[in-house]
Amino acid sequence: MSDPILSLNDVHAHIERHHILQGVTLSVMPGRATVLVGRNGAGKSTTLRAVMGLTPATSGSIELEGQAITSMKPYEIARLGIGMAPEDRAVLYTLTVAENFRLAMSDEDGQGDRRLAQVLDLFPDLRKFMSSKAGILSGGQKQMLAIALVLVRKNRIALIDEPSKGLAPVVVDHLADSLNRIKETTTVVLVEQNFYLASRVGQDYFILDDGRVVHQGRMEDLAEDHELKQKYLGIA
Amino acid sequence: MAAQAGEQALRLSESELDLKKWVLWALSVGIWFVPLVWIDPITYLTLTIAGVTMGMLLFLTASGLTLIFGLMDVLNLAHGAFFAWGAYAGFSLLNWLNAKGWVELAGVGQSVGSLAMVLGVTLVVGALLGVILERIIIRRTYGNHLKQILITMGASLVMIEIIKILWGPNDEVILVPAAFRDSWDLFDVIVNKFRVVAILVGSLVFAAIQISLQKTRLGITVRAGVENRELVQILGYNIRRIFTGVFAAGAALAAMGGVMFAIFKEQIYPGMGEENLIFALIVVIIGGMGSVTGSFLGAIMVGLAFNYVAFLVPKLALGVNIMIMAVILLLRPKGLMGRE
Repeated sequence: MSDPILSLNDVHAHIERHHILQGVTLSVMPGRATVLVGRNGAGKSTTLRAVMGLTPATSGSIELEGQAITSMKPYEIARLGIGMAPEDRAVLYTLTVAENFRLAMSDEDGQGDRRLAQVLDLFPDLRKFMSSKAGILSGGQKQMLAIALVLVRKNRIALIDEPSKGLAPVVVDHLADSLNRIKETTTVVLVEQNFYLASRVGQDYFILDDGRVVHQGRMEDLAEDHELKQKYLGIA
Repeated sequence: MAAQAGEQALRLSESELDLKKWVLWALSVGIWFVPLVWIDPITYLTLTIAGVTMGMLLFLTASGLTLIFGLMDVLNLAHGAFFAWGAYAGFSLLNWLNAKGWVELAGVGQSVGSLAMVLGVTLVVGALLGVILERIIIRRTYGNHLKQILITMGASLVMIEIIKILWGPNDEVILVPAAFRDSWDLFDVIVNKFRVVAILVGSLVFAAIQISLQKTRLGITVRAGVENRELVQILGYNIRRIFTGVFAAGAALAAMGGVMFAIFKEQIYPGMGEENLIFALIVVIIGGMGSVTGSFLGAIMVGLAFNYVAFLVPKLALGVNIMIMAVILLLRPKGLMGRE
């Protein structure tokens, strides 16, 4: 079995005085899609933010392929190859779609244009909006752009936070197809409340509750475990 | 019933919005033409050139301030001190150049050369002071407006006291390169040569800022940083370094505005920056925080209103700009071109 590409060991994090992460320990295997699930406020998004350095871990350690990144700044972590699509369709609304791409693209390996072409094949809707402000895109298109901004960089891991939030079921289906294509080439860590999307994309899962990992395993096992889903996710 | 009431409320709010837009449009256009009712056309043209000149000079200072507000969310009350430092640095350089025969006895080429050198040096002085202030003081106050106000006011006082120590507390006359002295008389309209230079420099700076912000990757990064700092960081950009760069650029523009204003007035004094800061703040608020185009439009509006009113009712000259600011804030709290 290969070594994890990303590992968190007893990570604690605070937002103001609130102790949100209370010892998260998890490992993400390379080339797989890992889903973090759990109720609202369980600490899923904060876990991604801690990995990215946006909500710095107050103790514990985070490693990318064995390299400690716990105390690094977000831009340093991004340059190591971790990309993040934050929740709420975080794109730059006042910039055009092309400017969003120009800002996000990395071309140190000379493959920037190839990655952009691949991303536009994945999300062809974005092609016709290249010169439009990102603010005018629909919710689904904004979400696609948010994910596309991660993919045009030379990233080893894509952290994607609640991509289905507020999207119509048909858009969620399309998103699931896209995420399934993405995971063929990039390690994906997905935070998702929508169990349908989580189970369509995820291969491994971690359930978080009260800032800790309380369960982990293969996604297909979770899909069958109604008791566990009822207990921690509130679904039968 | 409820649906009808809702529709009626919507229609009312739409008509209110139309009225606000109409009033804003009337105000923006009216500033240019209403004074013609009381002022004869020749004087009007002279005052308009003076107003646009003042607007351009204000824009130089306000553009830096609005970028610093918009990107960094920093209330920098030391901006006026950069303005004064720029003026004094230019004053010293002009004196030095004059000793070499490049100012009072200069031809056109030497005058242009000396002004270019002065502008270049003041930009560097402003940028250096900006980097020092941002690194030592401002960086510790991000996210706390009260601290920013107090600490930048303190920094401003210190910087002005240093000016008094280095150059003395009294007013001084700043030299004007020979080719930019005097005026042209175009069909009885008096056009001061330096005003034309100021309008040219202001327009060039506006164009340069617009091209940098719209067309370069650095400019896109700055605009992105104004909108969403967190996202810019996770795309691999060191926002702190961008902050320092923007602060330095803002300070450099203020310093450049200071020396241009000093040459325009042919006078410098330690408190000149504080006086100008009031105008710059009015311009930034009218234009909308973070908007360079808004500052440009706001600066011209303020410059024109000040000059027309100073001619008609001198005591109301500053008051009218505060009034314009109040009206715009009532109609459009985010300013002419500000973001939500």
